[in-house]
Amino acid sequence: MAGAPDRADVVIIGAGIVGNSLAYHLARLGVPRIVLVDKGPLPNPGGSTGHASNFIFPFEHSKMMTELTTESTAQYKALGVFTESGGIEVARTEARMQEFRRKLSAAKAWDQEAELLTPAEVKKLVPFIEEGLLLGGLHFPRVGVVDSLRAGTIMRERAQELGALQVLGNTEILGIDVEGGRVRAVRTSEGDIVAGQVAICCGVWSPRIARMAGATIPLTPAVHQMVSVGPIALFADSPGEISYPIVRDVDTGMYERQHGGDMEVGSYAHRPILVEPDEIPSIEASALSPTELPFTADDFDPQMESALELMPDLLGDERAGIRYAINGLISLTPDGHPVFGETSEVRGLWTAAAIWIKEGPGSARVVAEWMTGTQPCLDAHEADVARFWPHQRTRAHVRARAAEAFNKTYGIVHPAEQYLDSRGVRRSPIYAREVELGASFFETAGWERPNWYESNAPLLDEYAGRVTQRAAEWDARWWSPIIEAEHLAMRDRVGLVDLSAFAVFDVSGPGALDCLQRVAVAQMDVPVGRVVYTPFLTPDGGFRADLTIMRLGPSRFRVVTGAAHGLADRQWIVDHAGGGEAVEVTDQTSAWCTVGVWGPRSRELVAGCSPDDVSAAGFAYGTCRNIELGGLQVLASRISYVGELGWELYAPMEQGGELFDLLLEAGQPLGAVPVGLGVYLSTARLEKGYRAYGSELTPDYGLVEAGLHRRMVKKQEFTGKRAHLAERARTPAAVLCTLTVDYSAVAPDDRRYPLGGEVILGEGGEPIADARGRRSYVTSAGAGPSVGEYLLLAYVPPELAIAGQRLQVECMGERYPVAVAVAGNGAVFDPANERLRS
Amino acid sequence: MEILVCIKRVPFVGGTVVLTDDHRQVDTKFLGFTMSPHEECAVEEAVRLVEAHGGSSTVLTVGAPEAEEQLRYAMSLGMDRAVLVDAGARELGPRSVAAEIVGAVETMRSAGAGPDLLLLGNEAADTGDFQVGILVAEALGLPCITGVKELEVAGGELRATRERGRAREVFAVSLPAVCTVKEGLNLPRYPSLPGRLRAKSKPLATSEAGERVEQLRMQSLVVPREERRQAEVLGHGADAAGRVVEVLVELGVVKR
Repeated sequence: MAGAPDRADVVIIGAGIVGNSLAYHLARLGVPRIVLVDKGPLPNPGGSTGHASNFIFPFEHSKMMTELTTESTAQYKALGVFTESGGIEVARTEARMQEFRRKLSAAKAWDQEAELLTPAEVKKLVPFIEEGLLLGGLHFPRVGVVDSLRAGTIMRERAQELGALQVLGNTEILGIDVEGGRVRAVRTSEGDIVAGQVAICCGVWSPRIARMAGATIPLTPAVHQMVSVGPIALFADSPGEISYPIVRDVDTGMYERQHGGDMEVGSYAHRPILVEPDEIPSIEASALSPTELPFTADDFDPQMESALELMPDLLGDERAGIRYAINGLISLTPDGHPVFGETSEVRGLWTAAAIWIKEGPGSARVVAEWMTGTQPCLDAHEADVARFWPHQRTRAHVRARAAEAFNKTYGIVHPAEQYLDSRGVRRSPIYAREVELGASFFETAGWERPNWYESNAPLLDEYAGRVTQRAAEWDARWWSPIIEAEHLAMRDRVGLVDLSAFAVFDVSGPGALDCLQRVAVAQMDVPVGRVVYTPFLTPDGGFRADLTIMRLGPSRFRVVTGAAHGLADRQWIVDHAGGGEAVEVTDQTSAWCTVGVWGPRSRELVAGCSPDDVSAAGFAYGTCRNIELGGLQVLASRISYVGELGWELYAPMEQGGELFDLLLEAGQPLGAVPVGLGVYLSTARLEKGYRAYGSELTPDYGLVEAGLHRRMVKKQEFTGKRAHLAERARTPAAVLCTLTVDYSAVAPDDRRYPLGGEVILGEGGEPIADARGRRSYVTSAGAGPSVGEYLLLAYVPPELAIAGQRLQVECMGERYPVAVAVAGNGAVFDPANERLRS
Repeated sequence: MEILVCIKRVPFVGGTVVLTDDHRQVDTKFLGFTMSPHEECAVEEAVRLVEAHGGSSTVLTVGAPEAEEQLRYAMSLGMDRAVLVDAGARELGPRSVAAEIVGAVETMRSAGAGPDLLLLGNEAADTGDFQVGILVAEALGLPCITGVKELEVAGGELRATRERGRAREVFAVSLPAVCTVKEGLNLPRYPSLPGRLRAKSKPLATSEAGERVEQLRMQSLVVPREERRQAEVLGHGADAAGRVVEVLVELGVVKR
């Protein structure tokens, strides 16, 4: 057996489903020399792939995960290792039935086959189920199982046939050499390999291997219990591996799937059991394999009872024994998404980890595309390993969040649901005041941001009758009517918004203008003191970012973007900074805090505190400059994401408390109120038709479709320009519209409010797809208190993008009539932007 | 008939045995525990005998409180009740273990529930002393048959078979008696789900092990050097036939 080669273009560490798939995709994309290394024997080196339950349910609430699963399923089918069995989630509670209705709507939005079943219909498909326990089922007919070990083997063989792959099994990684911040070589027990790129695909061992190179991969190994019961009398005569649908007993956190003559029963309901990567036993020391740890029977007993009551005859047969039982190891991340991409610490060191069987091959394909600079087949930026802020990479944070998320694996998770653990890490300087004001804090990127303030409760009386009552508990969860009252008060008077969570970074140096010119759609060569709002595009012409940039000097720009995507946006600029004159990108997020002051009385408030000229003539819209405010120097920027007159005020972080107090006090006689992000991120912008990156602005849609194209395209080159010009030359396949929901025929107590993701249907109730096959669904939803409507944003085909066009939205199993209020870009409130520009 | 099975909680080791840093214990951090393989057969045999002849069975262990796990497992296979003689973290030698078992048997006898048959594993998987069963039988004045691979009970009489080289020895004794059995006696069943759940509520009595002076003291453990063997691939498919024949000749299995 040959030892390791001297050099390779890519060394892949880990030969599970991901590593094997990555080897194939890289080879297919033309990478000539790939080495795949695993410390275990092939085909089953003993990682999570080896004991996986191997079934694929196609749908998740996350669009990215659903797309990765769809792509992976197609690959498995092409490899001939997919067996369709169907799958049914069963509901034991009414809350779960509601969740099924929600999932059904979302499944329609993404063209996934699904149907609701009665208990009797479930029993027809699964005759051994105790239908008396059920309220219904959600049937996914296209669910199937795969032979992931065979899939991996075929992919390796195909890469070998292309002459691109050498495989080293039973080979340990001894170290990874890094030079000048870039990976240089991999040291193995079979020799050292100089490598252009290294990909860590070893699942639960990934953090350990990454540490050898000085990089971090924020995941933790965690236990997930599974047992195999057999022989099952009923399965004795059924052919092949599986003849009955897989059952997900989601209310008890369990699944049951036939596996030949056995019934495999798995659980996500036990206490979270986290394992340190360094604690994983070696292959030699393991009884079964390193990821098949000894079963802790006590942890499984409640699940055993649940399984017995659901399938009493099948599993209650005394002749069927528990002949396999493990605490299996899987990888969990702090936010539940996989980790893909180049590590932030070491260039050329990549990872694809924390990936389930159902998205393995698809994930590998995307990572292979990222690694080779090929246009990715789908947008997976939500899985970028670089998304984590430093505090999110700590062991404590990873473990706390993974533990909290574990029991929610089959849980009903509200779209606005907040983590309870690991909170309070990033607090604005105004935090203490916000606590006093009864802020309800939501967390993003570790920042505690007030969503609304309980101290504003008296506004509910003031605005009684104009504020929505949400009768359904789900709709009212993680929400308050106070949000709408704050909105109205801001539009009547003046509101103060703490925006300190903004990611802020300065781009400076002789090459700064060119660098930003290359990434921004908008013209960046503007006078000093001008504020530019601009998207960034992908090479394909889809959205990559949406932010504002202030020109503070000839060679100094300040980029301001939302907390959620700040890291990614900064990285995008850094990645485009090379090749010209020197550019420095400096993170200022922790240096500057921001307070938004907006509303008809905002000028009065600011003028009252400042000797500087903030009149309409003296301070034009879209400009920025330093002003004095009380005893503070602040950078004032006259823009508004809430569509009102006012400013974003930037002060040094340590002065934020003083700034807020100063404005609050001076604002008392003007009726100033603190306003939370419930207004800033939702109600206000929906009334103005302002789009949000991640909701309607995604890589799947272009500027024209989103209605954000300008009259002219700048002559300078920028990423995505060619694609955008092509888009301008043709009819858009979809148009982003603002819709209003017609509740007139529905009693207030019966109204359900879309929260995002619900399918939009035609007038006759049929799903709508555009010319590119993309279905229409709600990208953002919220109240428009100033116009007295409930507002939705959705892309629809151009023939339906007509003001007044009637459509439907399906929300929790109910269909409501909706109408197009604004076709394309535009506002239902103050469409002429008089307030903004006053 | 009343049957008493004695088991021992032992680590369930993988390919290599890893020791703690002080070389005085097996490092069980990554390991599960089980009862010795011979004892699994003893439990299975007891359950079958009671199924066939009526009566009841008791499973007993002398060891740490964590050994309840093994007792519950035995009950999930069908043992009716359990006794845990709690020795804390102490490692008891075979004489001490035997003495505790004898004490428990005497307690059972005075309650009118003395066992007709005591089944033990031939030797424990970890210590392998091969003494406890014999010491217990001696102390109780009962016949003891060791190395049992086959067992039959009829009319108050026990017939036990064991292998001696190529011969088989068959013993017939009257009950009560002691047998130490070996793997191969039967094929142990797996616990059913109802069995597991029933086991959680079956009775488990605990008593404390007495103070004992150990005559043997363990100094340290040594993992003997293993010969690393490599598998050699002789070839693939029909082309390999010639090489296979060569190997068989080399091994002396086949004469040319």
